[in-house]
This record gives sequence, C-alpha cells and structure tokens, in this order.
Amino acid sequence: MAERKIRVLVAKPGLDGHDRGAKVVARALRDAGMEVIYTGIRQTPEMIVEAALQEDVDVVGLSILSGAHMALCPRITELLRAQGLDDVLVVVGGIIPDDDVPALQKAGVQGVFGPGTSTHDIVQFIRERISEREMLRAA
Amino acid sequence: MELIKDILAGNRRALARGISQVENGGADARALLAGLYPHSGRAHVVGVTGAPGTGKSTLVNALARTYRARGVSVGIVAVDPTSPFTGGALLGDRVRMRDLAGDPGIFIRSMATRGSLGGLARTTGDVITVLDAAGYQRILVETVGVGQAEVDIAGAAHTTIVVEVPGMGDEVQAIKAGVLEIADLFAVNKADREGADHTAMALRMMQGLDPNAGHHRRGPGGKHGEPGLQSDGSWLPPVLKTVASQGEGVEALRDWVEIHAGMLRDSGELARRETARAAVTLASILRDQLLAALLAQIPDRILLELIDEIARRDLDPYSAAEKLMPALAGSPSL
Repeated sequence: MAERKIRVLVAKPGLDGHDRGAKVVARALRDAGMEVIYTGIRQTPEMIVEAALQEDVDVVGLSILSGAHMALCPRITELLRAQGLDDVLVVVGGIIPDDDVPALQKAGVQGVFGPGTSTHDIVQFIRERISEREMLRAA
Repeated sequence: MELIKDILAGNRRALARGISQVENGGADARALLAGLYPHSGRAHVVGVTGAPGTGKSTLVNALARTYRARGVSVGIVAVDPTSPFTGGALLGDRVRMRDLAGDPGIFIRSMATRGSLGGLARTTGDVITVLDAAGYQRILVETVGVGQAEVDIAGAAHTTIVVEVPGMGDEVQAIKAGVLEIADLFAVNKADREGADHTAMALRMMQGLDPNAGHHRRGPGGKHGEPGLQSDGSWLPPVLKTVASQGEGVEALRDWVEIHAGMLRDSGELARRETARAAVTLASILRDQLLAALLAQIPDRILLELIDEIARRDLDPYSAAEKLMPALAGSPSL
C-alpha cells in the first residue's frame, strides 16, 4: 500500500530567536496530517538546504522576523536549485513588507505569509500547490 | 533501476529519495530493496532508546561526533510518533543534532511511526537497509520516547543502548520487564544531576538479582564483577554515566559499543541475531501480505457484517476469524 504524506521542513534562518510563530505553524501543519521536520532557530541557509535534501521534503517553510529575508530567501532558493531541489515549494512567514513580495516571488519563494495569516490558509496553500505538482508529474 | 545505481554510488539526493520510496511502500519500494539488499549487511546498527526527555537525540549527536572524530561514517534514523488522530507528525530530533550539519560523512533522516506502536516505524528496518547499502559504517537509530514495553529496537539493532536519567524511578522500576531487559549497554545520561550514582547503582543491583547470572558475575564478598563479556560467554551490560550535552562519557560509550560489536562477531552471536532478525522480518512481511491476500478475497459487506456481530456480542472475534480463514485457500498458490 503506497502511502503519501506531505513532508515539510520548518526552519528559522538568521539570528533572531523568536520561534513562536514557527512552532504555531509547525503544529498546524502537523494537525493537518503533514509530517513536519522542525529544525529550530539560527539555521544557516546551508543547514536548511542540507536538511531539506536529507529529509526529501516537499515544502520548505521559513520563518523570518529579523528583516533579513531579502538576503536569506534568495540564498536558500539558489542553494536548493544548486542541489537539484527546484521542485521543492518554498514559503516564508514573518514580518515581510508588501514591497518585498514581488522580488521574493521572483527569487522562487512561492508563498509569503505576513502577520495575521490564518494557519488554515497556509495549510490550504500547501495542499493546493502540492497536488498541482503531483498532477504535473503524473502527466 | 537508476536509483539503485545512484544510491550505491553515494548520491545523497538519490539516497533521500530511496528512503522516501521505502517509507511509502508499494512495488517501487520492493524493487528498490531487492536491489539494495545484497549490498547491505556491513553496517553496525546501534539502537538508542529510553523515556521521553532522557536526552536520546543529544546522545546520538554526541556519539555521532565521536565516530566522526575517528573518520567513521554515520547514518542516523530518528523516529518520532505520528498522531493517531490526524496522521501528522512533528519530527524534532534534528534540533539537537545541529552540530552534525555540513558533514558529508553524516546522513540524518527523521521518520514518523505512521501507526506502528513498538517504538519504531514499520519500515525503519528497511530504511536501515538502504543506509547500510549506501555505505554508512555505523547506523544510529533513535526510537520514539518509550515507556516500558516498546522493544522493537532490539530486533532492529545489533547493539541497544538504553538511556536512563537520575530520579526517574527506584529499584522496583529497574526490575520490571520490558525496555530494561533489551539493554546491551546502559547510559545514565544527565549524570551531572543529583542522584546519578544512585540510578547507576539501582541498575547494577538489578543485574545482580538475575538468577541466571552465575557466581562469576559477583566478585569477592558478593560484590559485582566487571561488566562486558563473562567467562561463561554471557554479556553483562555496562552501566555508563554520560553528560551528552558536554560530550562527557560519550567516548567511553562509543568504545563499549565497539567492544560489544566485536563480541557479537567473535562469538557467532551476530550470525544468530541476523538469523533471528531474518525470521522476524519474514514473518512480519508474510503477516502483512497474507492479511492483504485474505481481505482481497472477502467482500466488504461480509466483513462489515461479521464486525457488527462481534460488536453486538453475537459472535466472538476468534470464531469470526475462523469463518474467514478458508477464503485464503482461494488465493493463488505458490
């Protein structure tokens, strides 16, 4: 019996240590039936990409409150591509000014979730994107 | 299969994909395992088990570091529970293993139990086979935080480390059956805390109470003998104090793992354990396949009726099973 679970890496890159948001999202994804690999705070982009590779995740969820998202996110998507992990869905949550969203999307971040986003919306977004990807792969 | 070739060649992406395939099961998983199995059997598999909060992940992290210091490659399988209600899981063991990041001689994989209750996932043994075939020399398997009876690890590992911490119980806890009985090594972790000596002593006392332990296990005046290999060929598990977060006592633990591994090889016990493991694995695969074959022969309607009868107490479950068994005869034979 083949059983397919959505696997998500939840990581906090950069130096700020406020991980409550990341934990709330990790918990919500778990409650939505996903397998969530939680790596904790102060992860370098290299550590995140290595964990994403070893854990063979479908999604990388980043939590960034420090304002360093414009440096960290493109670096992570670039490293993911270098490892051949281009089909991994990358989403980011935290304090992200609206003006930065287009540049992040251009860098390969597919979902940006600011303060006040309901966890339901994040779950929904991930499910839809992953099932689209599965359909593309099957086609 | 391309994936098999890539895994054997040391491609980490292929290894990660292969592990997922094995976890998800099905025909692809069987083909992959069939291709990798002949290349496995070289790694020494070390199980690390104990109650939640005893520091298993931190100990695995520290143990892996001491192996890396010797140039030995290490695969890690860290198991955490799946929620029985949502099917989801939060796998948090990597948080304690960040020291190992960036080392190509390390491969860490988190696994959810996906409904299995013995402290491991149903496919953990298969994931070990994949890491073994990929060439990792030692494979450290961390179980979920266990209670007293989750002993599957003893069947999957060559050397089982049971982790205890000070203040978790008294002598009576130490003579209960279950997890303590499967230990090849005991680690009293967080040994910088008060009561570590007491916990270590309680574990040694428990060993002294073993009626099968001969006189050789006691030194002069009834004192306890040296741990390790005994003159009658039995193994007295050493009790080691560790402070995993500081790396204290962890090299001694690694050395004892290697002594145990050497004993298993030299005594022929390794071959016996491999045979016992093969029997258990085959039985478990047959159980799954026979159940699937049986259920395929029985219409859902009949099954549901029988289940209702059992629930209403019109029929007992053994008689119901008896009624269904003949359906197996209808399945294709060898």
